[in-house]
Amino acid sequence: MSTIVTKDSLFSRPALIGIILCGLVLAALPIMNLLFPYGHTLHISSYTVGLVGKFMCYAMAALALDLVWGYTGILSLGHGVFFALGGYMHGMYLMRAIGKDGVYQSHLPDFMVFLNWSEYPWYWWMTDHFWFAMLLVVLVPGTLAFVFGYFAFRSRIKGVYFSIITQAMTFAFMLLFFRNDTGFGGNNGFTDFKRILGYSITAPETKAVLYLVTLAALLGALFLCRAIVTSKLGRVLQGVRDSESRLMFIGYNPLWFKLFVWTLSAVLCGIAGALYVPQVGIINPSEMSPANSIEMVIWTAVGGRGSLIGPIIGAFSVNGLKSWFTAAFPDLWLYALGLIFILVTLFMPQGILGVVQKLKKRAKEGDAA
Amino acid sequence: MTRFSRIFSQAWLVALLCLSAVSAHAAIDRALLEPLGGDDPDARVEAVGLIAALANDDARKVLDALNRETLYVTPAGDVLVVGDSDAWNPATDETIAIPDDAEDISVNNRLRGVLQGALSGMRLFSDDRTERVAAARSMLRNADPAQLPLVDKAIAKEDDPQVMALLHQVRAIANLASENAEERKQALIALRETTDASLMATFKQMAEKAADGSYAEPDAGVRAEAAKTMAALQSHLRVTDFAGKVFYGLSLGSVLLLAALGLAITFGLMGIINMAHGEMLMIGAYTTYVCQLIFRNYFPDAIDAYLVVALPAAFIVTAAVGIVIERLVIRWLYGRPLETLLCTWGISLMLMQTVRSIFGAQNVEVSNPSWMSGGFTVLGSLSLSWNRIVIIIFSLLVVLAVWLILNKTRLGLFVRAVTQNRRMADCVGVSTGRVDMMTFGLGCGIAGLGGVALSQLGNVGPDLGQAYIVDSFMVVVLGGVGQLAGTVIAAFGLGEVNKFLEPVAGAVLAKIAILVVIIIFIQKRPQGLFALKGRSVE
Repeated sequence: MSTIVTKDSLFSRPALIGIILCGLVLAALPIMNLLFPYGHTLHISSYTVGLVGKFMCYAMAALALDLVWGYTGILSLGHGVFFALGGYMHGMYLMRAIGKDGVYQSHLPDFMVFLNWSEYPWYWWMTDHFWFAMLLVVLVPGTLAFVFGYFAFRSRIKGVYFSIITQAMTFAFMLLFFRNDTGFGGNNGFTDFKRILGYSITAPETKAVLYLVTLAALLGALFLCRAIVTSKLGRVLQGVRDSESRLMFIGYNPLWFKLFVWTLSAVLCGIAGALYVPQVGIINPSEMSPANSIEMVIWTAVGGRGSLIGPIIGAFSVNGLKSWFTAAFPDLWLYALGLIFILVTLFMPQGILGVVQKLKKRAKEGDAA
Repeated sequence: MTRFSRIFSQAWLVALLCLSAVSAHAAIDRALLEPLGGDDPDARVEAVGLIAALANDDARKVLDALNRETLYVTPAGDVLVVGDSDAWNPATDETIAIPDDAEDISVNNRLRGVLQGALSGMRLFSDDRTERVAAARSMLRNADPAQLPLVDKAIAKEDDPQVMALLHQVRAIANLASENAEERKQALIALRETTDASLMATFKQMAEKAADGSYAEPDAGVRAEAAKTMAALQSHLRVTDFAGKVFYGLSLGSVLLLAALGLAITFGLMGIINMAHGEMLMIGAYTTYVCQLIFRNYFPDAIDAYLVVALPAAFIVTAAVGIVIERLVIRWLYGRPLETLLCTWGISLMLMQTVRSIFGAQNVEVSNPSWMSGGFTVLGSLSLSWNRIVIIIFSLLVVLAVWLILNKTRLGLFVRAVTQNRRMADCVGVSTGRVDMMTFGLGCGIAGLGGVALSQLGNVGPDLGQAYIVDSFMVVVLGGVGQLAGTVIAAFGLGEVNKFLEPVAGAVLAKIAILVVIIIFIQKRPQGLFALKGRSVE
């Protein structure tokens, strides 16, 4: 693991071409959905487009997790909270965009009418502006991560302890958001969105645009992470992962490096959540359950952590498997997921990418011999 | 009926009542019964009170029938208690065939209330002492001046001091509404020792100004007494409230302790992050359920003993599951805590799904054995349930057992040796692999015991463990890893803090506040309450 990551080793030329090709294929899906009518051989169903759109959001979250876990050695069991918070912040705008088309035809969201509230709580201020909600998508998960991380890293909490308290954090947030009085719709969360920036949220064209934006964000995040990981900063981060005390003896203060990457990861995760909500049409507190956050970790682990592209592969393969399993054998999915957890940790510590690399190496050795 | 005629009829009925009491013949006078079938609601209420005051079996039968709506009236005005095949006429004490034209007497809410009071009032004359206590208790709840004659009659023939005290209270409460200021004052003085929180509103009303600035109570002397009684009740309630919080905090603490103790061994001593720990609790609880099923089907006479069998069974089953997990999976992951965490999470998913496919996704029913159900009352109004008390004691016994195993047995010695210096222990011949296996089995087995206890307090379902996993880790981390005493103090401390915060902040916010406090606390003292000192610190 201690080999130095350079621009070449992260995405060699063929890998880079592969990524761009995959991006193009993914980008073609919604266009084929729109261009070709239903029944045409080249038609891609809206269901597939929605599913892939969802997976891309998951992939972005897994990528964000890889940045902290794979490259900095900080295992977060609470990234679900950043994902959900990003979603909730965007959800606030979407709820206000419903206008008076709700069940109660009030300017307030239905759940507030139901609670007999007569006006928006203060933290809904300005959320009727799209740009402000987008600002919140970045600021809220970022601030939470910064504050939480500052205290945790300052007192040098690491390893398992950090994982456990991040889990406690997401658990606490889940409890908080389950309350009706918190002002985020309690159990049901936000749903029944009608429009975004004036366009109907259910229209195929809007969905296609959201999909393409998500794809762009995913690719952008991928190359941002690559830039960070291959920079000098990235080397310090890997120093934190491999031997934090040695790094400190050399004279670095790991606090700010860890804090930077941790906050950035939370922000990326929040953006993924914000892109997820309009595509799926619902956000509720169960997204913050500890189980969801651990599932994110397994996406990263399955694909191969510390490789940036691995988590994306992992998110697609695990979720693809999940969609197939829950349709074909709903009772067996948890067994399968459990087995994935066990087998990956026992036999594939570097994930799918690790296996591929090992096979390649063996083939090369075979050639040499 | 005019007012005059009603007063007249009432006087007449009272006279009749005295007569019937003297002659003590079984049947009830027709004149008492007739208003029950009539249309006048006031007369019906009155008739119920008068029949109740007869306090004999026939009166009870009639009122019971009225309560169950099996009391019928014929067009001729005969009131009948209708059974399955025949009818009984209380006025003549004859059993006849059910007349076709009889109609049932409907009971409205007001009459129902009076009827309930009368029925419990009649139980004051039962021969069974506990029945009389229960009757007096239930009368306390809705004491009414109309019941005074009945209560006085009961006091006159009562010889049991407890029932007597209760009856005097009923009398005093009823007298609070008396028209005589002196009676009200005496009632307030008599109630100085009361423990009944529901009287608070009445006292307050009597002692303080109403919203419009006027006093509901005209007499200043009575007001002063009311204020004194109110203060006495308030201070008593503060004490019971405090004691109640302490008790429920202890109870929650014992649950947390049982949930976390196993983890204190697997995580605290061995450093294994066992995310499947919650599922060990769940398996323990399901083992209890199976034991109960076996007893119910094969030894129904000894059903109360099922817990005694469930304890070792749960320990063995969960310890066995733990040992299998350790041998198959965990031993390959020593020294890689984060991987262990993911792996055991996978195991927990599979265990949950297995239990779901065997027992179904719904909660199963585990009932307390009879010796654990019920409870007793202290300080007048604080009821402590047996199952909570038993579990508090049980948790302490388990702690004692764990302490003894770790400190007084050979296995414990090996465990401590391996924890302190694995390689050295290996060198001097300790079979570290076997010790790891046994220790992990022990931790899981203790979780199984915790599961037995949890099954006695709450729902048993496949998700049982999930609810405890975060809490258990918090307890262990807070207490300080590897410290048994720390775990005990952290568990009870968290339980108490939770119960004292709950009334202030609400259950959910209290829980969130505690999580936040723990997170902050770990920042300050990453090694927990009882930090290890010296070389063993990293």
